[in-house]
Order: sequence, then structure tokens, then C-alpha cells
Amino acid sequence: MSELRELYQEVILDHSKRPRNFGKPEAVTSEAHGRNPLCGDTLTVFLDLRDGTIRDIAWEGHGCAISTASASMMTESLKGKSIEDGRSLYEWFHRLLTAPPDLGPPAGPLGKLAVFTGVREFPVRVKCATLPWHTLKAALDRDPAPVTTE
Amino acid sequence: MKIETPLDVARVRRDFPIFGRTVRGKPLVYLDNANSTQKPRSVIETERRFYETGYANVHRGVYLLSQEATEAYDRARARAARFIGAASPNEIVFVRGTTEAINLVAASWGRRSLGPGDEVLVSGMEHHSGIVPWQLVCEERGAALRVIPVTDDGELDLEAAEGLFSPRTRIVSLIHVSNALGTVNPVEAIVALARERGVPVLLDGAQAISHGPVDVQALGCDFYAFSGHKLFGPTGIGVLWGRESLLDAMPPYQGGGNMIHTVTFEKTTFAPLPFKFEAGTVHIAGALGLHAAMDYVSSLSWPAIEAYERTLVERMLARLAEVEGVRLLGAPRRRVGVVSLNLDGVHPHDAGTVLDSEGIAIRAGHHCAQPLMARFGVPAAIRASLSFYNTPEDCDALASGLRKAIEVLRG
Repeated sequence: MSELRELYQEVILDHSKRPRNFGKPEAVTSEAHGRNPLCGDTLTVFLDLRDGTIRDIAWEGHGCAISTASASMMTESLKGKSIEDGRSLYEWFHRLLTAPPDLGPPAGPLGKLAVFTGVREFPVRVKCATLPWHTLKAALDRDPAPVTTE
Repeated sequence: MKIETPLDVARVRRDFPIFGRTVRGKPLVYLDNANSTQKPRSVIETERRFYETGYANVHRGVYLLSQEATEAYDRARARAARFIGAASPNEIVFVRGTTEAINLVAASWGRRSLGPGDEVLVSGMEHHSGIVPWQLVCEERGAALRVIPVTDDGELDLEAAEGLFSPRTRIVSLIHVSNALGTVNPVEAIVALARERGVPVLLDGAQAISHGPVDVQALGCDFYAFSGHKLFGPTGIGVLWGRESLLDAMPPYQGGGNMIHTVTFEKTTFAPLPFKFEAGTVHIAGALGLHAAMDYVSSLSWPAIEAYERTLVERMLARLAEVEGVRLLGAPRRRVGVVSLNLDGVHPHDAGTVLDSEGIAIRAGHHCAQPLMARFGVPAAIRASLSFYNTPEDCDALASGLRKAIEVLRG
């Protein structure tokens, strides 16, 4: 039960029941569709990218509590951030979920996203949490504006 | 009236070593039988004994071991023929499983028999393996799929089925028992419609084979496919049965060793049935294991198995009805112990994780039947599927597990 509680923490349940930034916004400069063919989870990530900044980010789709909460919290943590920060956070999130279970949450800019540490105990659910982030990356890569590395 | 001895489930469970283990500290509640079944000791022992004391390749050696292996492989084929009432062992082709069997018919029979404008009749509750192989050959040959609709109860719409036959219908490919809904389809009625029109019928028996006796003569079909691993046998082995006249007229599916008569660079002639369809080294241990599995099932009685499974599915449906927010997919009148459901406010995957924490194995997803899931307007479902080694307590555990899922997920 304790592992289950670690997985389904209050904040995750809250976001899964009341997903934030849900629905297609007015201004969209880039979007990508993500799908997990094994379970049927599907979502679209919408981005409004201007001047190297994620001016707006939203999503639409359906999936389990983990993927829904992950998408919701992803949009919350990225709104207003630089594209560079978005890419960096993608890497950090990926590292969080693929680290060995006995390792604590990695330091870095993850903040609230560290609640997904519990997913590591459930290897078959990792893809649920990462689907929104892979979709985000696809949307960022599709952005016609050049990505600055400076 | 013949009185059947009821199934002794405690004894049966002792034949399956897996039930000796615990899962996450709990006794295993295995309710994923539509996906794959557990193995009795006799199957495991048969494979082990073959590898330890009798292993050699078949059909090639002049030495005793190979001769023994060949004889055992032939006996497995004869056993499979007897198990489903085939006219001859020559009509039994060993394949990897149901999927390969349907692919074989679609590719070999389909390429030769389908032309532009021809139609393949399938149903709306096919497993993907009853859809995609036909789509591939239809695309290649310019033929089209026609689909028998599924009613809200999860049954085939027979009236619509009749109307879907046309002069261009070349074959019917139909799932005998639905892997997602548990529906036992009225295949005899569809076969009768097809026969009147001279159309052959392939039945996908992957789910049917472990829940009741199958007699291909009584069914009147032309091809029957099933997998060993859903019949308490090994993975990687299955059976395609076909009428000898049909199989004889079909070109080989794969080329290679074992399936030839003579080979020159100008021309190859093929081995007779069934070897024509068994290119390369076959899954010998798998065939022997499947033989043991068929022996095991036959050592129990089908009427006793059917009666026991009926009580189990009734128990499961009754327990599920007591769980608030359970919505079943379909309510077929003739069914086996395969039940798909959704739980209000709880995604199937989350329910699956909570059930797993209780040692309960179920399937969560689309069950390789996306068109059927779309028909019922759900992206995914929880599926619990029974076998004769399950107990009434397993059904109760499922219901408590679902209640726990509600408690954890709805917070």
C-alpha cells in the first residue's frame, strides 16, 4: 500500500482529476501528437513559442491518472519558461524516471515534478509519465524558429 | 441422464506449479487467461524430459534419437487432429500460433483466390490478428473487407451478416469466441450462410479452444486456428487446421528446408501436406508440450469444465454488479468467462496497478481489438478472464480489488 501511496500522491490525484491547461488555446505556433499504442493513451501538446520563450502551453487528450497528471503538471511548470529551460527540464524528468529506484530524486530544477519519483517502483508505468514529455519534445523540435544553444 | 463428476478444483490447482507462489506477498489470483494460460506440470515435464533425454531434430537423422523425436512429433500432430476432429493428421499444420495461422491462410489462400473487387467478410469483434492479415492481402489484391456489426449486447448482428454476403464474398474469417467480450458467436449459423453460397469459413479459435470441445466437422468450417499457449501449452506453437482439398491447392507460405520435395535452380517441387507449410526447423518441444496439454485437458471432462466455468462467470458477474461504477462491455447471452469492464473515474491502467498490488493479474488496455473498443466508445477496458483452475474466491478478490482501486484513485 505504501508504494501505491507513493505512486498516487495527493498532488498527482488532484491533477488527474482536475487537469490544468486542458484544451486547445487560441495561439498555437507548434503542436505534436503523442500516443501509446499499447494502452491507447493519446494526447496533443500545444505550444505558443515566441522569442525563445514558451509563451503558452496546453494539452488535450485522455489517459490514465499518471499520464494525465504528468501532462497537467508539465504544462504548469513550463509556462513562461525559455525553450532552453523546457528542453533541460525534459532531460531532468527523463533522468528522474529512469534512475534506479533506490536513488533519491535528483537535484536540479524539477521542483514539484519530483512527486513522480514513485513511478520508478512501477516500471510498466514509466511510459505513462513520460508520454507527455516525449510529445513536448516533438512539438519543440517541430518549432520552425531556430533553437538557441547560447 | 448422465451425472458428471464435478471438477475437483483443488486437485486441478495442484497440477499447476505456478499456484505455489505468491505475488507481492499475496496468493496469485490469475485472471488473465484470455491472454495466456498457466502450464500444468505434465506440460513442463514433457518439455524438460524431451530436452534432457530425447532431443534431436526431426525428419533428418538416420539415428535413433532423431527417429524417436520424429515419432513423438508425428504423435503430437495426430493428437491435435483427434483433439479437434480433423479427418487426418495431414490437415494439421503446426504454426507459431493463431496469428501465424491466419497470416498463412491470408497470404497463401488469399493471394491465389482474391482479386480486385472481391470481398472478405469479418466481424466487428475480431482480434487484430483477424483483421490485419486480411487488410494486407486485400490491399495487395484490390479486395475489400466487409464487417459484420456488433450489437450493444456484444453479439453479432446476424440479420446484417446475411445482407453482407454478396456474389463477391470469397471467404469469411470469424472469431469463434470473442477475446474481449467472451461472446460465443453463433458460428454454425454463419457457416450455414456461407455454405449456401459456397464460401469457405475460417474460425479463429484462440479463445474457444480452452473453454469447450471443438469439433471442426460439427462446426462445418474450412479452417480452424488456435494457439498452444492459450490451451495450457507452450508459447510458440499453434495449429492451423484446414480441409485437405483446400490446403492441397494452396501455394506454400514460406520456403526453406523441410517443405520441399526436390530443389534445383530451375524448379522446386514441394513436399506433401502438412510439410509443405512447415518450412525450417519446427518447434518440436512445443509440439510435444502441446500434446501433453491436450492430454491434460482431455483427462478432465469438458462437461465438468463447462459447468464449473459457468458457475465462476456467474459469481464474477454477481460480484461485479455489487461494485459501484462498474460498466460491463456487452452482455452476450452465450458467453465464456471473459469479462471486460470500465470503472467510473478510474482508468483501466490505474486499476490494473492497484489490482497487481493485491496479487491479481488482469489485462488493461484495448485487448488487440481497437475497432471493438471504438464500437463501445472506450479507449481501453479492464478484462478479467477465467479458467477452470480459478476459484470463486478469485472472483471475490477481483471485486475487492476494484473497490480498493476506487478508494485509491478517487481519493
